[in-house]
Order: sequence, then structure tokens, then C-alpha cells
Amino acid sequence: MKWIKQLFLRRRLYDDLDEEIASHLEERIEELVATGMSLKEATSAARREFGNVQLVKETGREAWGWRRLEDMFVDLGFGLRMLRKNSGFTIVAVLILALGIGANIAIFSVVNTILLRPLPFPDPERLVRIVPKKAGTNESGRTYTADATQDFQEQNRSFQSVSGYFAFTGPDNFKLAGKGQPVPVTGILVAEGFFQTLGLEPALGRLFRSEEFVQHSQPVVLLSYPFWKRQFGGDRSIAGKTINLSNTSVIVIGVLPDTFDFGSVFSPGANVDLFAPYIMDDFREDGNDLALVGRLKQGVTIAQAQGEADQLFPHLYFEHKHPDYGKPYTGQLTGLREYISGKLRRSLIVLWSAVGLILLIVCVNLSNLLLARAAARSKEFAMRRALGASRARLVRQLLTESLILAAAGAALGLGLALVILSYLANQGSIALPLLTMVRVDGAVLEWTLLLTVGAAIVFGTAPGLRMSGGNLQGTLKDGGHGATEGKRHDRTRSTLVITEVALACVLLVGAGLLLRSFLRVLDIDLGFEPSHAAAISVDYDSGGSAAKQAAIWQNVVQRASMLPGVQAAGISDNLPMSRNRGWGIAAKGEEQRPNSPFIGVFVYIVSPGYLRAMGMRLLEGRDISWEDLSNNRNVVIINKTVARKLWPDRDPVGRKAFAGGAEVEVIGVIADVRESGAEDNAGAQMYLPATKQFGPEGCYLVVRSKLSPTALATSVMSTLRQINPAQPATEFKPIQGLVDHATSPRRFFVLLVGTFACLGLLLASLGIYGVISYSVTRQTQEIGIRMALGATETRVQADVLWKTLRLALIGISIGIIASLAVARLIASLLFRTAPSDPVTFLGMVLLLGAVALLAGFLPARRASTIDPMTALRTN
Amino acid sequence: MRKMAERDLFPGALEMMILRMLKRQPLHGYALVQQIKRTSQNLLQIEEGSLYPALQRLLKAELVRAEWGISSTNRRVRIYKLTAAGAKHLQREVSSFERMLEGITRVLSPGES
Repeated sequence: MKWIKQLFLRRRLYDDLDEEIASHLEERIEELVATGMSLKEATSAARREFGNVQLVKETGREAWGWRRLEDMFVDLGFGLRMLRKNSGFTIVAVLILALGIGANIAIFSVVNTILLRPLPFPDPERLVRIVPKKAGTNESGRTYTADATQDFQEQNRSFQSVSGYFAFTGPDNFKLAGKGQPVPVTGILVAEGFFQTLGLEPALGRLFRSEEFVQHSQPVVLLSYPFWKRQFGGDRSIAGKTINLSNTSVIVIGVLPDTFDFGSVFSPGANVDLFAPYIMDDFREDGNDLALVGRLKQGVTIAQAQGEADQLFPHLYFEHKHPDYGKPYTGQLTGLREYISGKLRRSLIVLWSAVGLILLIVCVNLSNLLLARAAARSKEFAMRRALGASRARLVRQLLTESLILAAAGAALGLGLALVILSYLANQGSIALPLLTMVRVDGAVLEWTLLLTVGAAIVFGTAPGLRMSGGNLQGTLKDGGHGATEGKRHDRTRSTLVITEVALACVLLVGAGLLLRSFLRVLDIDLGFEPSHAAAISVDYDSGGSAAKQAAIWQNVVQRASMLPGVQAAGISDNLPMSRNRGWGIAAKGEEQRPNSPFIGVFVYIVSPGYLRAMGMRLLEGRDISWEDLSNNRNVVIINKTVARKLWPDRDPVGRKAFAGGAEVEVIGVIADVRESGAEDNAGAQMYLPATKQFGPEGCYLVVRSKLSPTALATSVMSTLRQINPAQPATEFKPIQGLVDHATSPRRFFVLLVGTFACLGLLLASLGIYGVISYSVTRQTQEIGIRMALGATETRVQADVLWKTLRLALIGISIGIIASLAVARLIASLLFRTAPSDPVTFLGMVLLLGAVALLAGFLPARRASTIDPMTALRTN
Repeated sequence: MRKMAERDLFPGALEMMILRMLKRQPLHGYALVQQIKRTSQNLLQIEEGSLYPALQRLLKAELVRAEWGISSTNRRVRIYKLTAAGAKHLQREVSSFERMLEGITRVLSPGES
């Protein structure tokens, strides 16, 4: 530990050395003076014999081995002083870096959460989602029946366990009665072993037991962690307590862990409050409704399990009671991680690249700023080299300064990223999986460190080499105005600016293409009018009687229609772009045709007026009427896709079909409605009245009105309360919200890439401004002479602008070539937009050119106002 | 800039000479330089300054010890003394140097060509 003592004593050691050297020189001088030399001569002779005092001191100190450490501290101190002295420069540099690094940290956190970090379950790589092959967006085509699930559970040998959840749950499907108004809550039914399959342990209490999955057993629920905190104030004695859920006494048996967010894993954007057992016997005859998840046995690969599934699935029964029902099943096994985020990989990588480009532009910009400062500091560095500093030493010094800047930028950027991330994590409206789990973790901090050091090296090296090199004598002699040095300098800076413009061009074009795609998506004919309509979940108790239910619906719809400001009102059990379910429909007389005449359709049980309230367009025939309901008439409205498939070239109105296990009469055809999202094709759809045959799955009242939903909420709610005092205080949600939710991933990406592109544009214009402005300053004299010789102001201005334009044009040309390549890479993310879309390219090029010219305009105006006399006199 | 010591000395030679001088008697830096110059009859071109980094290295390796004292010219100087380890080190260095010198001499000696 001696070296530690020495480290602290080193000041003494160094002082000793300094004193010793001084005494050496004195002694020598004295001796020389004694031989008759003058003091001045003796001093210089002694110094000559001794050599470079400073260097000797430094090498002497080096012997003790702390040189590097000390140099670092010296460099740090010096760097900090230099940066403080140039506080304007420092603030700009740190801010730019904070933006660049902060954006990178934020995006990396998102990428890390969605793509890189393991899912928040033990051994997540063994979790598999099982979905029928070639499944569409129709949930009924993505799920299995209770019987099929049970058979697969018994027959397979690849899985440790297979379980699932009921896939047809809408929000606010239960109401929790307690003190005051009933509260709407969202509950999901999960099959036996669901949480065990995922590998979850309860935070409190216990998980479900086998006997709770039997009919007529005591109803129990598990609470989600946030709901427990919110609704029960984190009551630790909640397990075992009884709550009143939708008029049933239910025992709370436990609370799920904080790390488990069902919505973010299985249904992005959804909030689930509680879980209840899915009792198979309750659902035997209900068709496909279980979404399956399995945990592979240790050592079994997905491919092996897939092989087995391909054997088993075709032999599974849709329903044991009716072995002839349904088409043969298939099962596609996908790793849960891949299932959740596979589709997003490309978008996220594009986002990651875009933000990387931004950092690169930031670095180029900073490099440029540092180079400008290099001109001012060139004398300082030439002096230090002349005094014996090695080139490597100076580069190290400059890199230290760059590191200080980068570190300050990163610190600020981290703060910025934290703000962005906390916003994103609490942004329930973005339908991206796992987003609620986004946070800054170890990997993010490592990435930040890597970025910081990387950025410092990238933007610090060029100015470092430039400043430490060069012709010492020339620099020392004239004030850095040497024509050759200046030209070389100029060229480096111009190259940097061109790079910046090219990078910004790529970003802009990319963002432009994505933006255009987004506009195209917004432009799609959805088949309904989302604006001016809002929906509310309605609670009622019909006691299982279809007639009573019809009466309640009629009451609700008619009273809602009469409210002031309401144009139309209607009820449906499902809304577009949210939950859905599917049945089959076949034209009568052809249902026996081989290859299954049934086509899969989305099913909606609706009331009269619903189509009008949603703004759906009836192309032919009529809407469902209240008489259809009271006479229990089985009628159906189909969309154009169904009409085309079942009765090509014929008028479908008045024809008979089989749907939902009954014969129905087609009474109308509506225009196709985008069911699962704006970008997916409209599927086949049918709308049925709520009669004995067709049970609704929930009840949403849709109201069309010019009034805002908040203005309507009170009157609608009081009407509903008059009809049913137990109506929970559910939210009145605008239909536009459903569309926004469906388009939110694209909106999210466009917004981010667009922001980055704007940032890139800003930085590029700053870069151009810097270079042109500097060159005008440097050429003040030259311009002065030219003006004295008769050049007009316009001429001078045009020259500067031309110079700007030349830089911009070279950059843009390179940028366009790069953009064409990049655009092809993102082609799959575009919607009805060609990767080489000329409008976008032209628009972005013009934008970039215009901004560049604007950046050049200020220096150009300054150049034209140069007074020749002043310019010539100042040197 | 870095080529401070003239390259007619091999690495470690200066240290060896310092140790040798100090074996005879404790000396301070200036006297040490003069002694080396005088003894070598100015055949060796030593930049005076280069002595001090060498002394620092020897101090660090604890081959020499230094104490502040008063010189014969009544000046406050740092006087270096050889330590036991330094003496042993010198012996090893000298014998290895002698072997090397012998080898070089044999190769260079006339009669071979």
C-alpha cells in the first residue's frame, strides 16, 4: 500500500524535484559566472546544457507512474475551464448533444423493452402462443373451443402445460358494487393453469385451484396489482374478503404481481382489473373462444412441438357432442416474444436507425462547431506544441474536452429520456405491447455510456487531429488567416456540412414517406363515420329473456334518441376496431356444397338505428326494425363482401341464408366496414337483431350528435340510470378513440420519425449557417475589395447564396441516392405509397433546399452590407 | 521532441553510472553530473537534465535514498545515497554489462576478418 502513501505525498516529491532542479541551475550559473561570464550568458548556457526544464520535470514525475491519471485531471480541469470560458458554445453543444443522446436513450429503452429484454416471466423462451394457421384478424378464427383445448392438453407430450384465456372480453364487462355508484371493471376469464403456465407467483394470497374450475363452485377472483392499489388502497388483508361483482358474491383469493400486465402482453392498450376462472363446462357449446398459451417442456424445441401439433390438431373435435361440427383445426406455434413483437421488429429497427442518424448529424454538427473553434484556438495549440507538447497529448486533451461535452449532454439527455419514457409508459392510448413496462435499466445505461464515448470520439477526433497538426510556424506567425490553411479548413467543414445535409435528406425522405402513408391510412373509407359519435357500455338485467331484453333495448334507444342534440342512437354488442367475434354464414340451398360453403364472418348483434348512429351506409334494402324484434323475425344485414361471395352477380336482398344456427332472411346490404384496423382489408360482416337465437355479448349504446361526448354524458347517464339504477358510471367514449387506438402504432412511429427529421433539418441548417457565416467573416476583406471595385450588393449576395446552394445541392444529391436505397428497406412499412414516391421526394428536396437557402440568406445579407472602407481598414 | 537523451547511451546505462558514482560517496545532483563528466573525460554526451528523471526512477525503485542537506558550497541540496538493494543491483548490472561487453568485444575483435 506504499503507492497510496506515495500518491498522497506526490506533491512533496514533485516540489523536491523542482527545487532540486532550480538549485542545480543556480549552482551551474554561479560556477559559470565565476569563470567570468555575464549573468545573462551564464543563465542561457546553463539552460542549454541542462536541456528542456519542463520536459525533465515531466519525465521525472512520470517515473512515479501517475502521469496518465494526473494528465487526465489536468485535462479535465483545463477542459472545464475552456468550456466555461466559451459558455455560449458549451450551452449550444450540450443542448444539441442532450437532444441527440436523449432521443437515442428513449428509443433504445423502447426497443430494449419490446425487442431485446426477456419477457417478464420465468424461462420466457419456453412460452408459446398457439394460433390456427393462416388465422385472420377475426378472433373466432384465432381461438379454440373448450373441447379442442382439453383434448390437446391431454394428448400432447411437448408441453409442460397448455392453458388459455377467454378472448372475447370487452372493457368494463363487470360492475363492482360497493359504497356509492357501481364501478365498471374489466375482468378476463382464464383457463385452469394459466398463471402457472406463465410461471407467475401471486403477490398476495394464492392462485386458482382445480376445484374452482368446476360449475357451481364458489366464485373467486384474482386482482391485478394496479387495480388492487387503486380500488382497495393496497389492502393487505384483501385475500379472503368478499366483493359484490355484477350482483354475485365473489371471494378475492389473491393479487397478481406488479410485473404482470396482461394487457401489455396479450392485448396492447387494454387494462385488465381482475381475473376469474374460465369454467369449461359453461362454454362447451359456445364455439371457439380460448386463446391458447403453452409452456414447452425443458429441452423441447418449438419445431419438435410444431411437428407434434401438426399431427394432433387436425384430429381435435370442435365439439364432442357434435363430432361433425367445424372444419379440421390447425395449430401454428409461435414463441410468445415473437408473437408479441415480431410484427414490430422492422418498425422499431427503422426508428432505431432514424434516431441513430440524428446522433450522427449531431456529431457532425458538433465536429463542425469544434472546427470553427479550432480556428480561434489554433495559436494556443501551436504554442503548446512549440513548448514541447506531443501531438498525441494534444489530441488527448481535445478528446477529454469532447468527452466532457458528451458526458454533460448524456446527463441532460438521460433526464430528457426519463421524461419521455414516463410519458410513454403512462400513455394507455398507444397500442404497442409491453410499453407500460418501459424503463431505464442496466442495459440502457450501458448503451448510454457507449453512445457517450462513441459520440465524443466521433465528433472529437477530426477537430483534434486538425488542431494538433499543421504548420506550427505558419500558424504562430499569422493569426490563422493563412490562405492555404483556411482553404483546407473550409473544405473539411464543407464536407461535414454536405454529410449533414445528406443525412438530413435521408431522414426527411424516410419521414415523408411514412407521413404520406399515415395520411393515406387516415384517408381510408372506414365504412363508418367515427367523428360525432360516442359509445357507452350499458348495464341491464333481462333475466335471460329475449323479449325482456328487446324491450329494454328499445326503451334505451328510443329515450336516447329523444335527448336534445342527439341525431341517432343504437345498440351493438361489439364495436368496430375493438373486440370481435366470428360465425359462419352460407347461402341457403348451397350449404351442403363440399369444401364448406360457410364463410367466416364478423358477427354483430345490433338494434335498429345502430347503423345510422355509426354512420354506416346502407347500400340496398332496409335497416332492422323493432317489429323484427317483437315478431322474433330472423333477419340479417350483410356487408358488400358477403354479398359478393355468396351471391355474385345477384341481388342478395330477400334471399335466405344460414347463420348462427338459424335460417335468416337478408334484408339489407351495407358498405364494407374496416373491422380490425384501418389498414386491414374489411372482412365479411353480418348484423343480426337480438332475438332468441342470437345472444349479444355485451351492450354498447352508440349516440350520434354534434354535441361533444362530455356535454352529452350527463343527460345520457341520467337516462340510463332512470331505466336501470344499477347502471355503473362507465365512460362515454368517442368512436374516434377506437380508430385512433387502431392507428396509434403508426401514429407513434410517424410522430417520432417526423420529430427526428425536423431535428435533422434544424441541425443541418445550423451547420450550413455556421459554415457560410464563417466563410463570409473570413472573406470580409475580399468582399470589401470586390465591392470597392464595383461589385453590386445583389452580386455579392447572389455569390454567397450560390455557395450555399452548391453545398446543399451536393448534399441533397447524395442524400437522394441514399434515400432511394433506404426507402426500399422500409417499403414494407409503407401504406399505398411507393418507396420512390416522386411527390414525397420532390417535396422533401424542396423543403431541404429552401431551409438551406434560408440558412445561407442571413450571412449573405451580412456580406452585402459590408462597408468596403471599414473592411479594408480593419486589417 | 522526445529524443532527449543522446542515443550513445543504452537504456539503463545512466542509472548504472549513477549507482557506481554513489557507491563511492553520497552526492547531490549537480555534483553527480560533474563527477560523471569528469570521470568519463567528457567522452559521454549527457544532457544534464536527463539525470533527474533517472534519479526519480531509482528513488521509486528504492535503489537510492535522498536527504536534504547542505553542500560544500553552502547550498541546500538533495544528497543521494546508495541503499543495500542499490548496491546489489549495481553488482548484478555491472557483471551482466561486463559479459555483454566481452561478447561485443569478441565479435568486433580483429583477427576475425
